[in-house]
Amino acid sequence: MSRIVLEGISKIFGSKQVEGVELIRQGKRKAEIAAACGAVVGLCDISFDIVEGEILTLMGLSGSGKSTLLRCMNRLVEPSCGRIMVGDVDVTRLGRKDLLAFRQKTFGMVFQHFALLPNRTILSNVGFGLELKNVPAARWNEAAMQAIELVGLKGWEAKYPHELSGGMQQRAGLARALAADAEVLLMDEAFSALDPLIRRDMQSELRDLQQKLKKTIVFVSHDLDEAVALGGRIVLMKDGEVVQIGQPEEIVARPATEYVARFVEHIDRAAVMRAGQVADRSAPVLQPTLTVAEARIRIAGEGGDAWLVADDDRRFVGCLLAARLAAARPSETVASLLEASGEAVAAESRLDALLARVAAEGCVAVVDPDGRLIGGVGSRDVVRALAAHSAESQAGDHPETSILQQTAGAERWTGASRNFPSTRSATKASTGSPTMALG
Amino acid sequence: MLTTALVAVPPWVFIGLAALATYRIGGRKIGLLTLFGLLFLWNLRLWQATVETLVLVSLSTITALVIGIPVGIWFALSRRAWRTFSPILDMMQTLPSFVYLIPALPFFGLGAVSACFATIVFSVPPVIRLTALGIRNVPTELVEASDAFGGSTTQKLFKVQLPLALPTIMAGVNQTMMLALSMVVIAAMIGAGGLGRAVWQSIQRLEAGAGFEAGIGIVILAVILDRSTQALAARARPHGAA
Ligand SMILES: Nc1ncnc2c1ncn2[C@@H]1O[C@H](COP(=O)(O)OP(=O)(O)O)[C@@H](O)[C@H]1O
Ligand SMILES: [Mg+2]
Repeated sequence: MSRIVLEGISKIFGSKQVEGVELIRQGKRKAEIAAACGAVVGLCDISFDIVEGEILTLMGLSGSGKSTLLRCMNRLVEPSCGRIMVGDVDVTRLGRKDLLAFRQKTFGMVFQHFALLPNRTILSNVGFGLELKNVPAARWNEAAMQAIELVGLKGWEAKYPHELSGGMQQRAGLARALAADAEVLLMDEAFSALDPLIRRDMQSELRDLQQKLKKTIVFVSHDLDEAVALGGRIVLMKDGEVVQIGQPEEIVARPATEYVARFVEHIDRAAVMRAGQVADRSAPVLQPTLTVAEARIRIAGEGGDAWLVADDDRRFVGCLLAARLAAARPSETVASLLEASGEAVAAESRLDALLARVAAEGCVAVVDPDGRLIGGVGSRDVVRALAAHSAESQAGDHPETSILQQTAGAERWTGASRNFPSTRSATKASTGSPTMALG
Repeated sequence: MLTTALVAVPPWVFIGLAALATYRIGGRKIGLLTLFGLLFLWNLRLWQATVETLVLVSLSTITALVIGIPVGIWFALSRRAWRTFSPILDMMQTLPSFVYLIPALPFFGLGAVSACFATIVFSVPPVIRLTALGIRNVPTELVEASDAFGGSTTQKLFKVQLPLALPTIMAGVNQTMMLALSMVVIAAMIGAGGLGRAVWQSIQRLEAGAGFEAGIGIVILAVILDRSTQALAARARPHGAA
């Protein structure tokens, strides 16, 4: 069920509304329109749906129109043309009074710099939305206290914003949006002003809260790692247009344009890629009933640290280390050599969660929801998945490259540096495990 | 009329109350300053003149605020009003203060009313300007927060913009009051009473001593009023804000 439907939203800043909208209808883009009549295009013909209860991240470089799009949804910015349906209400048609009531009922907003009123206590800030609704003081106090407890700020309600750290202030900002019990949360760079560690905590807490409360959340961020951490779909924007929409792993695996490819090139791929994507589906699978001699024939010419063993139904049984197989007598059965520890993982598990096990066990089996074996993730598969982008980016030689790398790269370095050690540890382990097994 | 009522109050009662009030607003230093300053003026036999000046200044200031704050709000919310009238404010402040006596005379004749009128016109620009400035300088995110949670224009004004602009508005109040006080001698030229007239008369009669005493009186009043309104402004500042 769709909660928010955007249809052909455009935004022209300044006085050239009519000319600008006409040019957009003709399919002109931001740069062309600026050249043709000098109008500043904020958004250019944007259409997509937001599903009820999803957490959707609007992504893009600074100036790509993320904030403008977010503010069009509650009409803090008036769209120049297009339609916005929230449930079955056409927001673009609401009169001033109805719009205010609709904002009170439907939208909560969280701001980059918290936007708490410095002259009010945390309690009174959190109850602000309800106070605007003219809810009686006793009632809003109670609702505000509940929201404060929900975000873990209990005991701080009588303090003033400046007495709290940035992370706590943003919790209060979040509580204010939750207290109003709005159905949709609009969050504009809500965590961008926070320290990286606090930021990561807030991301996972927001995710937990969302799973508990089932709010629809539209989150603006310029940080791809953040979008990945939030775990929902990503809408990638550029120059006021939507370039690609999808789950992070889809965007990383199949970037729609050169721009997207460059945007995602420094991401911590291990956090985005799923086990099912990385698994080697063509590697030979051994049956537990085979003898060692038969197994050796089956794998002749293939390399690897470990082999997957599954029954005739492709139900995963266990892993067989290559070293173990090499040392065994030909008449032994595969079943008797199996590692006890090997447990299969689901296809949608994140790759970074597997790295330690791949390093230790040589190969981790990936199964579909029915428990059938899809394939195995070995250290080579990990290295291949993580290395894929560096080969691509060396090949790419686009005139825009340098500019984009300067802007995107500066923000993206955390991703790349976190990526590097994990790649290394996986590589080292693949040479290390056979010797360990021998000794 | 107000003057006669206030003059009828025994000076020691008045002084006591004034000292207490300023003490409550701004602490011991300002309280003591008020106490000894006013006692000194009473001692100089300038009590009646002091009260008259105080009434003139207070009435003009209050009227200036009643006019100036709403106009300032209007200027803050309407860009066009700001652009149209801002030059007029500039002009009001740059014209010599004598100029305001001229239009006042044909309407109100010689006397306190004309003096009040000229004082108000001369002293109203700062409070207008600083009210507008204070409201415009409220961070956009805070204004947006009110809009985003469905606050009406009135709610936004009274719950967000005015409270946050209050320190700046209070600075405007202070400046307006000081300008009103600076008009007392000039206002005396068209018949206002008080310390201003005492100064003006002693200038005309070349009585340096009396003029000096009245001048000191004006300075003492100025310091008391300035410090008290500044203390008020400091109280309006929200917790922790710079
Ligand atoms: N009020 C405005 N007037 C004119 N141009 C604006 C205004 N607000 C935003 N823009 C322009 O619209 C574009 C998108 O801005 P914004 O939505 O803030 O980007 P983002 O949030 O992605 O950084 C930018 O090029 C910006 O200069
Ligand atoms: Mg933005």
